[in-house]
Amino acid sequence: MTMKGPFERHSAFPAPTGLYNAAYERDACGLAMVATLRGTPGHDIVDGALRALRNLEHRGAVGSDAGTGDGAGIITQIPDRFFREEVSFELPEKGRYAVGIAFLSADSAERIAEKRSVEGIAREEDLEVLGWRVVPTREEEIGDLARETMPGFEQLFVRSHSRGEDGLGLGGIALDRLTFRLRKRAERELGIYFPSLSARTIVYKGMVTTLQLEPFYPDLSDERFESTLALVHSRYSTNTFPSWPLAQPFRRLAHNGEINTIRANRNWMHARQSQLSSPVLGDLRPLFPIVTEGASDSASLDEVVELLELAGRSLPHAIMMLVPEAWENQLDMDPAVKDFYEYHSRMMEPWDGPAALVFTDGSLVGATLDRNGLRPGRFVITSDGLIILGSEIGVLDVDPATVVRKGRLRPGSMLLADTVEGRIIEAEELKSSLANMEPWGEWVREAEIHLEKLPEREHIIATPQSINRRQRTFGYTEEEVRILLTPMGQTGTEPLGAMGSDTPIAAISERPRLLFDYFAQQFAQVTNPPLDSIREQVVTSMTTGLGPEGNLLEAGRDHARQVVLEFPVIDNDELAKIGHLRHPNASAASHTLSGLYAVNRGHEGLRERLDELCREADAAVDKGVRFLILSDRHSTVDLAPIPSLLLLSAVHHHLIRGHKRMRVGLVVEAGDVREVHHAALLIGFGASALNPYLAMETVEQLARNGEIVGVEPEKAVRNVITALGKGVLKIMSKMGISTVASYAGAQAFEAVGLSQELIDEYFTGTTSILGGVGLEIIEEENRQRHELAYPAEINAKPHERLPVGGEYQWRREGPPHLFNPETVFLLQHATRQKRFDIFRKYTKTVDDQTEELMTLRGLFRLRTEDRTPISIDEVEPVESILKRFNSGAMSMGAISPEMHETLAIAMNRIGGLSNTGEGGESPERLLNPETRSRIKQVASGRFGVTSLYLTHATDIQIKMAQGAKPGEGGQLPANKVYPWIARLRHGTPGVGLISPPPHHDIYSIEDLKQLIFDLKRANPAANIHVKLVSQSGIGAVAAGVAKAKADVILVSGHDGGTGASPLNSLKHAGTPWEIGLAEAQQTLMLNNMRGRVSLHVDGQMKTGRDVIIAALLGAEGYGFATAPMVVSGCILMRVCHLDTCPVGVATQNPELRKRFTGQPEFVQTFFEYIAEEVREYLAQLGFRSLDEAIGQAHLLDVDKAVTHWKSEGLELEPILSTEALRPGVAIRQAEGQDHELAEHFDNQLRELVKPALETGQPVSVDLPIRNTERAVGTMLGNDVTLGYGEDGLASGTIDITLRGTAGQSLGAFMPGGITLRLFGDANDYVGKGLSGGQIVIKPAEGSVYAPERNVIAGNVIGYGATSGTMFISGVVGERFLVRNSGATAVVEGAGDHALEYMTGGLAVILGETGRNVAAGMSGGTAYIYRLRSERVNREALSSGEIELSPLDSSGREIVRVLLIRHLEETDSPLAARLIELGDAALDDFVMVTPRDYKAVLNTRDEALAQGLDPDGEEVWSRILEVTGG
Amino acid sequence: MANPRGFLEVTQRELPSRRPVEVRIGDWREVYGPRDPEVLKRQAGRCMDCGVPFCHHGCPLGNLIPEWNDLVRKGDGRAAIERLHETNNFPEFTGKLCPAPCESACVLGINQPSVTIKQVEASIIEQAWANGWVTPLPPSRVTDKTVAVVGSGPAGLAAAQQLTRVGHTVAVFERDDRIGGLLRYGIPDFKMEKHHLDQRLAQMQAEGTRFRAGVNIGVDITWPELIERYDAVVVATGAPKPRDLTIPGRDLLGIHYAMDYLVPSNRVQAGDSVEGQITAEGKHVVILGGGDTGADCIGTAHRQHAASVTTLAIGYQPPSERPESQPWPMDPTVFEVQSAHEEGGERVYLASTVEFVGNAAGEVTGLKVAETEYRDGGRFPKPGTEHVIPADLVLLSLGYTGPDYTDLQSQIGVGLDGRGNLKRSDDYTTSVPGVFVAGDAGRGASLIVWAIAEGRAVASEVDRFLQGDTDLPAPVRASDQPISI
Repeated sequence: MTMKGPFERHSAFPAPTGLYNAAYERDACGLAMVATLRGTPGHDIVDGALRALRNLEHRGAVGSDAGTGDGAGIITQIPDRFFREEVSFELPEKGRYAVGIAFLSADSAERIAEKRSVEGIAREEDLEVLGWRVVPTREEEIGDLARETMPGFEQLFVRSHSRGEDGLGLGGIALDRLTFRLRKRAERELGIYFPSLSARTIVYKGMVTTLQLEPFYPDLSDERFESTLALVHSRYSTNTFPSWPLAQPFRRLAHNGEINTIRANRNWMHARQSQLSSPVLGDLRPLFPIVTEGASDSASLDEVVELLELAGRSLPHAIMMLVPEAWENQLDMDPAVKDFYEYHSRMMEPWDGPAALVFTDGSLVGATLDRNGLRPGRFVITSDGLIILGSEIGVLDVDPATVVRKGRLRPGSMLLADTVEGRIIEAEELKSSLANMEPWGEWVREAEIHLEKLPEREHIIATPQSINRRQRTFGYTEEEVRILLTPMGQTGTEPLGAMGSDTPIAAISERPRLLFDYFAQQFAQVTNPPLDSIREQVVTSMTTGLGPEGNLLEAGRDHARQVVLEFPVIDNDELAKIGHLRHPNASAASHTLSGLYAVNRGHEGLRERLDELCREADAAVDKGVRFLILSDRHSTVDLAPIPSLLLLSAVHHHLIRGHKRMRVGLVVEAGDVREVHHAALLIGFGASALNPYLAMETVEQLARNGEIVGVEPEKAVRNVITALGKGVLKIMSKMGISTVASYAGAQAFEAVGLSQELIDEYFTGTTSILGGVGLEIIEEENRQRHELAYPAEINAKPHERLPVGGEYQWRREGPPHLFNPETVFLLQHATRQKRFDIFRKYTKTVDDQTEELMTLRGLFRLRTEDRTPISIDEVEPVESILKRFNSGAMSMGAISPEMHETLAIAMNRIGGLSNTGEGGESPERLLNPETRSRIKQVASGRFGVTSLYLTHATDIQIKMAQGAKPGEGGQLPANKVYPWIARLRHGTPGVGLISPPPHHDIYSIEDLKQLIFDLKRANPAANIHVKLVSQSGIGAVAAGVAKAKADVILVSGHDGGTGASPLNSLKHAGTPWEIGLAEAQQTLMLNNMRGRVSLHVDGQMKTGRDVIIAALLGAEGYGFATAPMVVSGCILMRVCHLDTCPVGVATQNPELRKRFTGQPEFVQTFFEYIAEEVREYLAQLGFRSLDEAIGQAHLLDVDKAVTHWKSEGLELEPILSTEALRPGVAIRQAEGQDHELAEHFDNQLRELVKPALETGQPVSVDLPIRNTERAVGTMLGNDVTLGYGEDGLASGTIDITLRGTAGQSLGAFMPGGITLRLFGDANDYVGKGLSGGQIVIKPAEGSVYAPERNVIAGNVIGYGATSGTMFISGVVGERFLVRNSGATAVVEGAGDHALEYMTGGLAVILGETGRNVAAGMSGGTAYIYRLRSERVNREALSSGEIELSPLDSSGREIVRVLLIRHLEETDSPLAARLIELGDAALDDFVMVTPRDYKAVLNTRDEALAQGLDPDGEEVWSRILEVTGG
Repeated sequence: MANPRGFLEVTQRELPSRRPVEVRIGDWREVYGPRDPEVLKRQAGRCMDCGVPFCHHGCPLGNLIPEWNDLVRKGDGRAAIERLHETNNFPEFTGKLCPAPCESACVLGINQPSVTIKQVEASIIEQAWANGWVTPLPPSRVTDKTVAVVGSGPAGLAAAQQLTRVGHTVAVFERDDRIGGLLRYGIPDFKMEKHHLDQRLAQMQAEGTRFRAGVNIGVDITWPELIERYDAVVVATGAPKPRDLTIPGRDLLGIHYAMDYLVPSNRVQAGDSVEGQITAEGKHVVILGGGDTGADCIGTAHRQHAASVTTLAIGYQPPSERPESQPWPMDPTVFEVQSAHEEGGERVYLASTVEFVGNAAGEVTGLKVAETEYRDGGRFPKPGTEHVIPADLVLLSLGYTGPDYTDLQSQIGVGLDGRGNLKRSDDYTTSVPGVFVAGDAGRGASLIVWAIAEGRAVASEVDRFLQGDTDLPAPVRASDQPISI
């Protein structure tokens, strides 16, 4: 029996079954820190921390076994008095012994052996075992699942044999260096996990809920258990499988969020091990790997932090090295600090969050956020030296009169306290001491190599013939040149496409495909957020260092000796410079590996050549070469190029395995790279830079011969570099990764259709779910391409420059498309003429894939032989099947009002559900049962998401991702924002609208839980859907979403349609729904969560067969989008993004809308026919209803008749696995979620304000509140909207005063007529979606601090607000008023990214702002007191999109009035002062307005003055003129 | 990238003007005047560069229409001809003679007049010839294989050019005295002047294709002999058998099949003298059948100074708009005014000829015609509606019934399929190894564009047969049909 690793014991993760893999499990959490500066430890600190933990309960989660939590824990100082009195043996002086809990076997006999083994290691590591103490526990307190995996708990006490200079045993960190070795070896050699083993701190943790931690470990209640500091953590995991070791805190830190870059960080740490050495830690080899297998991202981070700290860096130093702030683009940073960061960036890539970290070494205690600051951290400091920090404010009550400071963690900043010295160490002090520790800047400037300083090389121009030959060699098509490269060379941006993808994925394509095509990009959804690399460029960096890295545990000049590349894509001349780099002794510092192989020797030849190249790489590294260039240039008829990705990854992983990787930098010179996806893959698999020479030569030639118009060849090349680089940045952003340094080597891809053998050998660590082809087929495909370049007779196709292509636009010679002229015609004709016979022809053409495989489901066969067919008359009727159909989420904006309404009417008539899409719904349609869309979508832009909209939803769908472009936002270009669209979306006609990549209230799973909570309260009757996109790991996400209490989970395929998407996303992100659906179904069943949710699926659904396969794989609801559009006239023009749809389907152009020919009847017919086909399949399978078929995956098998050269290696069995099927486990939705609506705070409000609700008479209420009460006012708002409609009640009818700390989402979606007046503090998301209500927040009565200098409310205030007012006396967090479209708000200071994406409304900020003000702001006005212009989004300001100006008379009036109201509502001392200053104060205000918004308003005003219709055509063309739309 | 708004800026078709009727019927030259390049650019700019280009599907050749439309829009004629030649060996033929199913399938045609694709095509190749961009492309190496192509119409020529270019030695046999088949003698010069054909044949000759006119396979050389002499044989002999109308009076003098009238006329245009040429001069001409051949007869008759020209069609006058029964993107039957129709004469619909009326000399003098009645799914003369139309020359252009197959069947056993065409498999092979059938001979009378497509496709199959593998494209299978319900 092999030994279980430390993270496998005391855990109950199932072995990988079907598609489930524990590696995908994620978690997120709440955390808190309590410390005192008074210098003396006390139990009060521990007790306070435990209380804070209990108040974070809602941030954790419980699984299917209600008693078992996801984990919680605490770290404190060693409670010396307690232990000294508790143990029978004698302890050395305080600090001279180490103690920690060991998770031992529950079996006492085994335990004895284990203890003996531990003691053996201790002796070897110079430690003396003082004794063991059995830790008292109360197992009756915890859940069944937790108990089943519970370890035996004993504390080990040790001291050092060696004596220090003082003659005493080692203490503190010196002792910890020994216990570190013991602990690591115990993990490696025995699999025994110690939550901690230290002379400084101790951890108690386990699979308990926040409420169970203290009762389970009675030690914690002991008054003698004392500390000056304590960190607590509550975990929310995506699964329900208990794991004791994965509970937090870890040894140095606790973490809320996720490390997005974890794969790269782990890979690089693994590669770095060979370079590690430390005189204080001894021989490290027995301790390897530093980063333990099976650990969580947080655990890995902790392991590296611990290593750095023990090796000699201070804890804050280590943290700043691993989680640096976004220093790269900061203008106002101290240069010495910048040097510090730059120097360390040469040794370590960022461990990118989202992350809130609390950490301690036993005396220092601190907290920090990563560069993006996407996790909340609020703190309070009192006059008696108490520091309380938590994910929320209000976790611990303090007397307002004692508060001296209320703050929040800011992106990249640190709160640090020294409990020994009893003082706060301010960030500036810390940074400056670190910055001056060593001459970082000098080292950097002396050692760095910059390409522009090297001698210029003569530029080489390739001939057209040579370019064409090589284009053929690398499989270029005319289409790629026309659709990808020409636009990139022309404009420097990646082109857009529309309508999804309906061609076969590489794994089943008949045609030879590039190796790149077998990889799908991963993207962030739910557990971490994608980023907006455009609007938040300030946090991104494309700079990398190329070249060897030194020993991580030391620091010196040589560590900085790298080539600094500001962009990972380099041109031919830059590559030539690298190729000619020399050592100081003039020998070559670079070596080029020629990636060619003898093509006539086939895959054997390829394999041997790769081996040879790896040996050559070894030899070069051994000789001291610092840069390896992997090149596929110079192929000939006999020598074919090795696919660059294979070449790179083979060498990269070989060097890692041989411990040589960190001694060289890898550059790829690749002819096959021509799109963004390719570039991303090369960087993701370890290249520091790439030179896509053929793509560049191609555009150079296109520019020379005029196919790229008006662009010089040199510029065209720069454009390609920009397009590829920016594209890579965008792909990184989809994963939430901000810097290319931590994207490099991250392998943020999954393989679809590659054999495990190939993966293990060349792409180690990459997920490949379905097996597939090996080197043999890869070589075969490569050879076929190569032969195209050297045809037997050139005149066989004498006029063909390149093969035609056909991936993006249908071509006869190209790959098959599900929708082609034949199927479009048949479908349209069948549904319009009501011809079921022709419809059958259509479905047969789509389903019949024996000749050309198009989809995975085409490979499946229904095992009808296992079932007895029944008469179709016994099958449920068409009507009941129709109810399960949904039409796709398409916004009015993307599609025409005619198309949108046609779908809605048709779906309403058949009893199915249509979807508003992102973009609101007009009150006329919303309230009309015939035309309304029953599913209301809530997407990141929150367009038109009002209380009315939510109240009148049947279902509410949270769009986490979209199949065509998961992880990306969207943009409705200005020329599509017609007046009627602007009205729906609360925007401005002719001004573009941005949907951000993330929901700014969902950066992790517990945030999603919060949004579900909010929406459920905005409409308690609605089902809440969460829309996900298929990718590996979706099962874990789905389980997490089910725990977050979604009612419906929708799995979208990667191939779904869209109005506009970058082409790489359309083709290369996500996986087919067959895989995602099966994984979700299996994982939900493994977690026994399936019964609580309904599973839906969509993505290129076209036939009854598609539905039946989806049902058998576990889906209960089925979405169709493209097909009903085709029925309505869509002919797959794929120009939705251009607003030129010639059939009026996807356009707003009034002229084109007239051409719309769709009818609801056609769409009804379509769905009726689909339902009829479903009935026929059910009859064949002997099922009377779809319900009986759901989840019966065993009735599918792989159709042996459908095989071809590639699909033969595919292993589809995991999709069909029914291992998760166990007695008593639901296979389909069986019960609802318990939304605990009855416990909501608003229930008491409803009672108290009854008169107002019933008669509209004014009512006042006064109640206490605390942080656990969330979305207060939302459910009440729902009542008001139900009763009084869009405008709510008369202003001030319901006046509610609250005292204390409000939980998240205070007043979310609250309509007019309600005022919430909070005395105290508020958490995140105040006034989210505010719909007319008023929110006032001011400090608690008795507070003595100055409100304008302290934080009173959290992040993302007023997100998506559409109307209403807020007066907040104090400073608020990041992203104030993000996507506000109509509310008015006054605050006294705001964090980073204030006013982001704002499209309307009014903001007054009376104090300081953070960075990146007004990014993506396209409407509304802000008045900011003493605005520092360098804080405004740089790109918007320099391009003139955002204008800053002094206040005009009306602006002065507005501010004057609002200041007076602010004073009246909040008693703000600041407002009082400003009013007193009068005009002088008003002079210091700056008005912030978007240029186009202002211009449009002016144009419309002028038009009104001229008596013109501002929404008319005349004015519309004037608007487009002023905005250039 | 095409101009996405082009179709909104230019909403109408613009066709090149035909020369004035009075001028053009005085000569035999082509009716179309020169094309205005600016108009063509504008028209090409209406192309929407569809995600699913139905034109490209509607064209049996799979012409890359959106791609060369855009190149014409941008004025890159050089690249345009390359893209056009990539799928079409003879764009000058299709550009003049093809009825353009691509235009019927054009997506713009759903709600706006379609792009004038055919004119764009014609202009690309015209410009290419004019600039010397069309050059011979002889193979870079020759194989030791020989191929006989029987029939020198568009299918045979396309097959021959493709096979020559990959290095096979190809001889094209034609029983007529000149190469070209229907292109040569079936098409009047006013539709396509023969120098277009000649310059293409010159290119082919320069590439190495051998032409053997005046050899009637089956008679001069038997089929078994031919098979002995060549490694492969392509039968592309067309479907020349005309449909007859066997009603009383059919044997009167002055009643001819259209081809018997057109061929001598075209020979005369080619400079030959034809003894006993049937001419329309001074005659009352009645043409039975309203198709393309009928129109050719009309144009020819006018140029021969006929006294009157009347076309009788048995069915309804087709609608001028696409009928609902033939929805987009089908190639519909609609009422067309071809150039010949402009030149005069009368078109009578619902005319069922029940008898030819003659004089004592046995010459035709008229036709007894009744109104057509649709009944029981058939068309019948309506009793009591008969009347006589005078005629001294009656031309039967009632379509074609199939290939000449007697020698083939008797000599090598290649007979007919159920539809009256030469029997072949989907890959153009017959029961005799090495013998292939392409074009109208296998498909039945069809469009020139289908003939070229089949010629290209059969070449690919022949190459595969000879070499075991092929790089030649095969745009259609023998069983492929136009899109329809």
